[in-house]
Amino acid sequence: MKSSPTPPTALKEFRENLRAAPRRIWEAAFRGGKPATDRTRSTFVFGNVFLHLHSVRTHLWSLRWSTTLGLGIASAAAFFITLVTGVLLMFYYKPYPDAAYDSIKDIHFVVPTGRFIRNIHRWAANVMVVAVILHMARVFYTAAYRKPREFNWLIGLGLLVTTLGLSFTGYLLPWDQLAYWAITIGANIAQSPREVTDALRITDWFDPGGFQRLLLLGSDEVGAEALIRFYLLHVMILPLVLTALLAVHIWRVRKDGGLARPADADRRLGPPGEDVYPIFTQAPARTYHLAAIVKGRTPVVGRGPENTVPSMPHLFYAELAVLMLTVFLCLVLSLAWDAPLKELANPAVPENPAKAPWYFLGLQEMVAFSAFVGGIAIPSIVLIGLGLIPFLDREDAGTGGWFGGPGGWPLVRRSILWGLVAAVGIEAFAIHFGWLRQWFPHIPQLIITAVNPGTVLTAVYGLYSLWLVKRYGSARAGALGLFTCFLCGFTVLTIIGTYFRGPNWDFYWSSSQWPSH
Amino acid sequence: MTTQPKSARSRLDPEPLPRRDWLGLASLWAAASAFLFATLGMIRLPKAAVLASPSKRFRIHLPENLQPGQAFVPSGRPVAVFRDESGVWALSTICTHLGCIVKPTPAGFECPCHGSHFAADGSVTRGPAPQPLPWLKVSLSGNSLTVDAGAVVPSGSKVSA
Repeated sequence: MKSSPTPPTALKEFRENLRAAPRRIWEAAFRGGKPATDRTRSTFVFGNVFLHLHSVRTHLWSLRWSTTLGLGIASAAAFFITLVTGVLLMFYYKPYPDAAYDSIKDIHFVVPTGRFIRNIHRWAANVMVVAVILHMARVFYTAAYRKPREFNWLIGLGLLVTTLGLSFTGYLLPWDQLAYWAITIGANIAQSPREVTDALRITDWFDPGGFQRLLLLGSDEVGAEALIRFYLLHVMILPLVLTALLAVHIWRVRKDGGLARPADADRRLGPPGEDVYPIFTQAPARTYHLAAIVKGRTPVVGRGPENTVPSMPHLFYAELAVLMLTVFLCLVLSLAWDAPLKELANPAVPENPAKAPWYFLGLQEMVAFSAFVGGIAIPSIVLIGLGLIPFLDREDAGTGGWFGGPGGWPLVRRSILWGLVAAVGIEAFAIHFGWLRQWFPHIPQLIITAVNPGTVLTAVYGLYSLWLVKRYGSARAGALGLFTCFLCGFTVLTIIGTYFRGPNWDFYWSSSQWPSH
Repeated sequence: MTTQPKSARSRLDPEPLPRRDWLGLASLWAAASAFLFATLGMIRLPKAAVLASPSKRFRIHLPENLQPGQAFVPSGRPVAVFRDESGVWALSTICTHLGCIVKPTPAGFECPCHGSHFAADGSVTRGPAPQPLPWLKVSLSGNSLTVDAGAVVPSGSKVSA
């Protein structure tokens, strides 16, 4: 008699399981199988926590280059690049005065690939700011912020502010002259509500400006405390906030029914091609409730054959292409231009001229007339105005099309002209003739705070926009004019701040005319 | 006569929450106020009771040949010290606009950052600065003098031995 047959069988099973383990691990990780059919392509998306931020199917209109220009994905891609390069830089960076400067120098001169990584980090940050602003302009000009996408527009504004905050906090970290004085100016802008509270003589009791500055710097000067706070904000708090907002932002696109498209998008696209397999071959007549969890009807009801394709691969490959283009752009810029590093920060000698990062130079231009107005009041007004747009414009003409809405492209063209002329005109006047204090030396500060080129320009743009609302009988027309004007004003002020301001913030036609020390 | 239920409710509609669930509401409010106090405590943390910054009082010796109207700037200090027949005085050189260090000129002071100009007594003559440069407390002991850059005195306060 042989012994019991159990041991050999168990061992055999064990051996077979061991042999099958790699395959089973693979299958457990990729449960849906290869995304080859429409069904497996769907499970590929909704079976994945990251991919299912996107919807399973994408409308063909969303995939046209001219719908988005890929700007949203480019912003996210640039953020992803800064994330990777930023973590690499953290291997060497030490957030302590002077040591910080030395560690950046090490990264620049000693660490293998360090200079290249730092260049990419800096360029990706710049690309991100540009892409975010252009993405906002795209959403605005295609009227894609309208119902039901109002909330996502607000999330987008949050992302814009976080992006600028990330750039600004990163600016201090090298602890060079450029960083030190830009942050000194920035922290004092945070303190600038004192301009008003001082003039009203209430600073001793009510000092929001001083509190903001103290919170930012952790001390009454820019030093070790400020550096560690900016570092914490830059590598931890703001990236977390941005990641969370970004996830909500992308997910809301799906929940709001994909990207905005014109009401007649399906007609303009024509019937779906042979290769597009429609989920419904004809308009479904019935309402599909999802067990009382979801409000309203499913989107396809009553619409009929849809021009949608599976997101895998159509959407994801397009996104991958945008990511590759963004990486390529950052690499080329990094090879061509090194990120700057000036002398070690010296609290006794300001950089002259001390310039903020370029996207803040428009603000700095206004700050050169009144710190509170240029640095806090007008940016707040602009942000509040942007946030209100989808709640004031409740129209539906032109959604999804470029420059859609009453007035259209001719209105935008006229607004560009008006926006440029007004900004250049007011700046030219202020540069040539000076401003109130040169004419009336004893003028009260409150009058200068209330009347300066920044407030005058804002008022001119605001009145123009109100006139448009009246003329076209449409809030959208006013918004088109105002948004265009502010983009123009931002551009003009940024260019003047960048190229035409020299030592003492005096006007120079070119930096070759700057006086030598 | 048949009795109707008060409201015909589909079984798909959610159960209404009992409004008078006292224990439930009390614990909810307790949790909410605990979170509120925890948040207040966390907000308090970033503002230290003592701020880390170097002492703002320092002693200097004025050079013998310092002319009236000529500024003496102790190295590394945002202060300009003057002397004439009527006494000694010091002005802060931190621009009241956005905190750059102003440069003494024959006419007064100039800020390199946004072009504010100040007269010799610190008052604003041009540019965006909202406040005059503050005068600082100076005390004489023998031929050395102590400047306290943290203590502001009224404009025109000169100190003589």
